[in-house]
Amino acid sequence: MAATPESADTGSGKGLIGWIDRRFPLTVLWRTQVAEYYAPKNFNLWYYFGSLALFVLVIQLVTGIFLTMNYNPSSAGAFASVEYIMRDVHWGWLIRYLHSTGASAFFIVVYLHMFRSLLYGSHRKPRELLWIFGCLLFVLLMSQGFTGYVLPWGNMSFWGAQVIVSLFGSIPVIGGALVDWIRGDFVIGDATLNRFFALHVAAVPLALVFLVIAHLMALHEVGSNNPDGIEIHDGPKDPQGHPLDGIPFHPYYTVKDLVGVMGFLLLFCAVIFFAPTFGGLFLEAPNFEPANILQTPPHIAPVWYFTPFYAMLRAVPSFAGTQVWGVMVMGSSILVLFFVPWLDRSPVASIRYRGPIYKIMLTIFVAAFVTLGLCGLKPPAGIYPLLAKICTTLYFAFFLLMPWYTRFDRVKPVPQRVTGHG
Amino acid sequence: MVKRWLSIAVALLSAGLAVPAGQAMAEEGAVALLHSGADIHDINSLQRGAREFMEYCSGCHSLIYLRYKRIADDLKIPEADMKAQLMFTADNIYDSIVSAMPPADAAAWFGKQPPDLSLKARERGPDYIYSFLKGFYVDKTRVWGVNNLYLPNATMPDVLADRQGLQKPVFKNEADENGSSHMVLAGVEMMMPGALSPQEYDAFVRDIANFLDYAGEPVKAQRESLGIYVMLFLLVGFVLAYLLKKEYWKDVH
Repeated sequence: MAATPESADTGSGKGLIGWIDRRFPLTVLWRTQVAEYYAPKNFNLWYYFGSLALFVLVIQLVTGIFLTMNYNPSSAGAFASVEYIMRDVHWGWLIRYLHSTGASAFFIVVYLHMFRSLLYGSHRKPRELLWIFGCLLFVLLMSQGFTGYVLPWGNMSFWGAQVIVSLFGSIPVIGGALVDWIRGDFVIGDATLNRFFALHVAAVPLALVFLVIAHLMALHEVGSNNPDGIEIHDGPKDPQGHPLDGIPFHPYYTVKDLVGVMGFLLLFCAVIFFAPTFGGLFLEAPNFEPANILQTPPHIAPVWYFTPFYAMLRAVPSFAGTQVWGVMVMGSSILVLFFVPWLDRSPVASIRYRGPIYKIMLTIFVAAFVTLGLCGLKPPAGIYPLLAKICTTLYFAFFLLMPWYTRFDRVKPVPQRVTGHG
Repeated sequence: MVKRWLSIAVALLSAGLAVPAGQAMAEEGAVALLHSGADIHDINSLQRGAREFMEYCSGCHSLIYLRYKRIADDLKIPEADMKAQLMFTADNIYDSIVSAMPPADAAAWFGKQPPDLSLKARERGPDYIYSFLKGFYVDKTRVWGVNNLYLPNATMPDVLADRQGLQKPVFKNEADENGSSHMVLAGVEMMMPGALSPQEYDAFVRDIANFLDYAGEPVKAQRESLGIYVMLFLLVGFVLAYLLKKEYWKDVH
């Protein structure tokens, strides 16, 4: 059933494909990367989010190009040009909502994709570099989210940029000069908007695309992990040398991922057509007011996908006359992700065969992360500062105690072959 | 008309005397908004709202991002009617709605330029506009003799007073953390009826709130109507994709 076209050897094919193959490894690429890339047959729901992240990236790139055609990257014209897109450009409103909702969808999909790794040990040997590329992609995604959020030049864009850029000012000695260098001015202004535009539409997307390619190349080099956390390439093979627990990516996972894409689009389009602001979470109400240096919004908060990290920043009190500790904690909360492959000392990969301690720790971690997200949305009053402090501690405890609790946790025997299939 | 204004002025004065200065202060957002019931799919309401906006609001407030032509098309108002009855300050139907008041004069007369209302509903919601237009009450300490329940110390005069009538503030006693009692603003109460009954006035401001909701996002009604077809299309696509996957995966054991 597997539709593997052009099974002929490279260079001997006829027609156009043959002509190309003698000059470019088209058929070889198709075979090795898609039609004969053997993936474990037991992928479950969690394995949709990788292909969905790629799908959302394409949405963002395509809609971004069309937005760029009508957007005016100047402090005088940016806000009006966004309204021009929303009102006067044919289908401009749809393109803009696809892009603004796409930004939030990207983070939802990527957070779930990263969580999948923690569930099934996808970061473990030999996939450490794959995981590191993923962490770098997450950092790039965050810079995309931040620079993109400034572009509509609403009042929250302006004040959000003001707060985030001023964080660099807490760095000793060079802080003040660094902030001026980032802004290109002594305030957030035209120069800042222009450089953020350049970063958002050229520099970061370019790096993002190259790194996605590297992420996929690393994946195809080591092969996909699976919910059992065992290597299918170490298991039994058929006479052709293909793993018995693997199936060709195409057509099996292309059609399966198509189901994922349709399911995703159902939710995605429900938001776009019926709740594009998502109750002020995806598009915030103060951002429908133009940037105003004289008027601060009642409460400045970053977009929802940054709030867990923002809450950690605020959770740390200033000490010895500087706020730099909070900035360091926030930076460390991302940096620590890079070390997960070496912090995880469990003899088994998948949560299916791990003991109760890891399950409890992972549950606490998720609860702490979500709570931090809520704390970051709220003004720092009442219960929230204390809650943020507790959850910041739990967030770091999950990672920093990992070498101990994963090693001493009880584990179950791991099967030789994968169990079940999707 | 003169008599009505005169009686309003008298009422403002007398009520103002009765309200101790400094009490008519409330924290912003302290009072819960009213529910407007504005329906973006009710085209008659939007048409009425467009008329009321042009008649009562557009003298001071612009809708800089909305064009007359767009209103005519979306709200099914014939262009001739649009030009004859709704375009007071523009000749070209492709123009956007700009207030006739020069900005410098506006700032001098009102202390600040009346804000553009293109995106007010997106910023604060139609319920806020509905509540705000129902929230004026007499307050002698203010320049225009009125304050607003939903926007404390608003600089806007109560231009709809002859429609709604005049309201006076209602106070209640509230204890603070030190146990001492304070008078706080609790609501408003009609003290002199206007040309419209309360029900008529509610409908009147609901239409304006609805129109401003439309002005904030002209495509809103069309977006929601189109969305239903998109969801149906995707549902069929989802089922087809699922069946295709099932067919392909039959031989995976």
